[in-house]
Amino acid sequence: MLNKYPMWKNIMVMIIVAVGAFYATPNLFGEDHAVQVVATRGAEVTTSTLSTVNGLLESKGIAVKRAELEDGQLLVRVQNSDQQLLAKEAIAEALGEKYTVALNLAPATPEWLEALGGSPMKFGLDLRGGVHFLMEVDMGEAIRKMEEAKIADFRTQLREEKIRYAGVRKTPKGLEIKFRDAENLAKAERFLKSRSNEMVFNDGSSGDNFALYATMSESYLTQIKEEALQQNITTIRNRVNELGVSEPVVQRQGAERIIVELPGVQDTARAKEILGATASIEFRMVDEKTDLSAAANGRVPATSEVFPRRSGGITVLKKEVMLTGDHITGAQPSFDEYSRPQVSINLDAKGGNIFSNVTKDNIGNPMATLFIEYKDSGLRNPDGSVKMTKIEEVISVATIQARLGRNFVINGLDHSEAQSLALLLRAGALIAPVTIVEERTIGPSLGAENVQNGIQAMIWGLAVVVVFMLIYYRAFGVIANLALTVNLVMVVGVMSMLSAVLTLPGIAGMVLTVGMAVDGNVLIYERIREELLAGRSVQQAIHEGYANAFSTIADANITTFMTALILFAVGTGAVKGFAITLMIGIATSMFTSIVGTRVIVNLMWGGKKVKKLSI
Amino acid sequence: MLQIFSVKKTLNFLKHAKPISIMSMILVIASFVSLGTQGINWGLDFTGGTVVELEFSKSVDLLELRAEYDTDAADGAVVQNFGSSRDVLIRLPVREELKSDFQVAAIMQGAQAIDANVIQKRVEFVGPQVGKELAEQGGLAVIVALICILIYVSFRFEWRLAMGSVAALSHDVIVTLGIFSVLQLEFDLTVLAGLLTVVGYSLNDTIVVYDRIRENFLKMRKGGPIEVVNTSITQTMSRTIITTATTLVVVIALFLKGGSMIHGFATALLCGIFVGTYSSIYVASYLAIKLGINREHMMPVEIEKEGADQPPMMP
Repeated sequence: MLNKYPMWKNIMVMIIVAVGAFYATPNLFGEDHAVQVVATRGAEVTTSTLSTVNGLLESKGIAVKRAELEDGQLLVRVQNSDQQLLAKEAIAEALGEKYTVALNLAPATPEWLEALGGSPMKFGLDLRGGVHFLMEVDMGEAIRKMEEAKIADFRTQLREEKIRYAGVRKTPKGLEIKFRDAENLAKAERFLKSRSNEMVFNDGSSGDNFALYATMSESYLTQIKEEALQQNITTIRNRVNELGVSEPVVQRQGAERIIVELPGVQDTARAKEILGATASIEFRMVDEKTDLSAAANGRVPATSEVFPRRSGGITVLKKEVMLTGDHITGAQPSFDEYSRPQVSINLDAKGGNIFSNVTKDNIGNPMATLFIEYKDSGLRNPDGSVKMTKIEEVISVATIQARLGRNFVINGLDHSEAQSLALLLRAGALIAPVTIVEERTIGPSLGAENVQNGIQAMIWGLAVVVVFMLIYYRAFGVIANLALTVNLVMVVGVMSMLSAVLTLPGIAGMVLTVGMAVDGNVLIYERIREELLAGRSVQQAIHEGYANAFSTIADANITTFMTALILFAVGTGAVKGFAITLMIGIATSMFTSIVGTRVIVNLMWGGKKVKKLSI
Repeated sequence: MLQIFSVKKTLNFLKHAKPISIMSMILVIASFVSLGTQGINWGLDFTGGTVVELEFSKSVDLLELRAEYDTDAADGAVVQNFGSSRDVLIRLPVREELKSDFQVAAIMQGAQAIDANVIQKRVEFVGPQVGKELAEQGGLAVIVALICILIYVSFRFEWRLAMGSVAALSHDVIVTLGIFSVLQLEFDLTVLAGLLTVVGYSLNDTIVVYDRIRENFLKMRKGGPIEVVNTSITQTMSRTIITTATTLVVVIALFLKGGSMIHGFATALLCGIFVGTYSSIYVASYLAIKLGINREHMMPVEIEKEGADQPPMMP
């Protein structure tokens, strides 16, 4: 029979709509005012912190809506913004400096809904206010570091293998290893080739000059860059956590860029300072053989370098790095017995082993702690990237008294330096310096204004379209309007399900979907009218209308979907948000305008004797 | 039955095709000339630089504000109102020797000298390198989109129609760009998004007409390509008007109510919808006719069943 859907099809459509509507509901609950507690300086947020906070707030007469412990963070929801401020002050005072206590807005989704995976759409920065940074990793520096490590490696390996070499240095042609004769060169080439797959070796000898050139293979270079980016992302993520921001975003973009989004943050200067600071330390042995005055005049052996001391003067250090900051797992500022600031350091197992070996072999010798920092010089390179200055300073020299293990202290810093060094070391060192190449700050009032504007545009657009459809297509217009509303609910539902981020262009995408989504129904209805005018029966006309319009709607939507997909691929941030809503809108509007309305039309008119359609 | 467009008789749309297509060509050429001479007023996303949006507590005299920015750090600041007389947008070029922070600080200092209660609503800084890459990517995106569409449409329809649709789309993109160039409207990332949406939207219109053309070539036994195309356009005109109207309504709502940040997007769509609607008739369909589209091209290809030419195994 014409225009009758089997029962299962009706039920399926209803289930799909119900699921969409269900996942859209978390957006109705709004947000709770909350206080977020994050542990910083070596402390931990535990269930006992939770009960402390609960007890504290109870004694102050602040009603707690819900307090929960998740991912090592404590989130306390309260009734309103006044209570939120009171609660924040009370908690911050009670917990002390070891915790970051921040104001936050948490989605007020009921627990049972959350348990079923329901969560509201996230608001993008342009709707909520905050800072967006695009950071670029200085890959040149990452590669340079690797080359230095390789030079040190070659020296040790050749020495251990007892192959005589004349020197290793960096040249534009690659790392150059010089030899006195061809025999040693051949031996070294064989040996090094068997050891380092990642390097490409070339014999560059000419006449009496015996030299071997080593360059990094393409795949190794890619690997170095990839690792540098990954490590920097991890480090930046740690640092962002130290800032105590709710729902931060740290994402890679392309081969050497990182996106950081901090909703609600307005103090960009501090955020930049923490995110961009590249500080690390190295432990090196002091070269005692070289005379300081000779060094000051530039006469230093090839194996040593001169560095300024923070306290003034210079020190000569061996080039070989005993241990880098990468192995540091923990760092806390503290005070020694004379109340001088110091930083206690914990190493990972590998670092502990290395350190234990070096210190064992060097008891009685002085070891220096070299502090390395990259700072934005305020200048720019010709290509527009920020010029970084590298600051290297010896912060302490201490004689190794005994074999050191995984835990030890660094001193020779003032109080605030000890604090920030500990913070930076704890958050991990950036393997290569990063620069901020893009920065966007949206004020919270502008964010709220954007939401208002978007909603207003949506209401106006929707109202006009709904009224028009109603007048023009009457009963069928009601159905189309119903489909339009269901479509909007489903867009919200799907976006919430995918935990997609709603941006201002995203709202524009939704508004546009309202205008364009009726196209499907207009095509169908116009076709039905045509068929009726051509003298077909009512049932035949409905059937033909849907059947003929289908391929047109599909073709039109597939091509729009393709352009949205391309937009998604090239777009960044807000534009991506637009592309996502557009794609979801196309998919749901095809469903509601073709299948959804058909269910209603079939139920109302299908399989009955109908003389006249209200269309 | 309420009808906006009710014509029992087929209208001869293509009667005016020649003058209108000549006008289209003139528009395209004019767009190119403007793009060549005036270029596009690239926004921050593409050029790099710094933008600061300020809200003053009372309306502000721009001349006075500009005078404040006669300092070295704020050199080259472009100061303009937008929205209301209290809202001011300041654009600063990238300066090699200056950090954006200093520039922003200088801007704020100048603004505070005039109004202590000024609010900094938005600050954006984009490095020139990022902007350049984005411009390349954006251009590439439009080209890739056009190629994908060409492939899809020639796969679904026929190459003459595909060429027509791509010509129409290119026409829409170029003319919209031309309008942005002539009026020197700022072209930022949201405008690019708008432009790609125009591509999708305009294609909707074209495909609806094409679909009907294909159907009518098979249905109508009489009449040449011109009659078929005219009939198809007439039959789909109602739908075109309604859809254009509903989309236009929401885009106007966005344009008027959406706020400063999507103004460019709404403007691009507004231009694109007008241009896209007539190009689906006068560029896409007309070009397909000029390329010699006829009934034979539309005949479905008979797919031979496998083994159809062999004698049946079982008699």
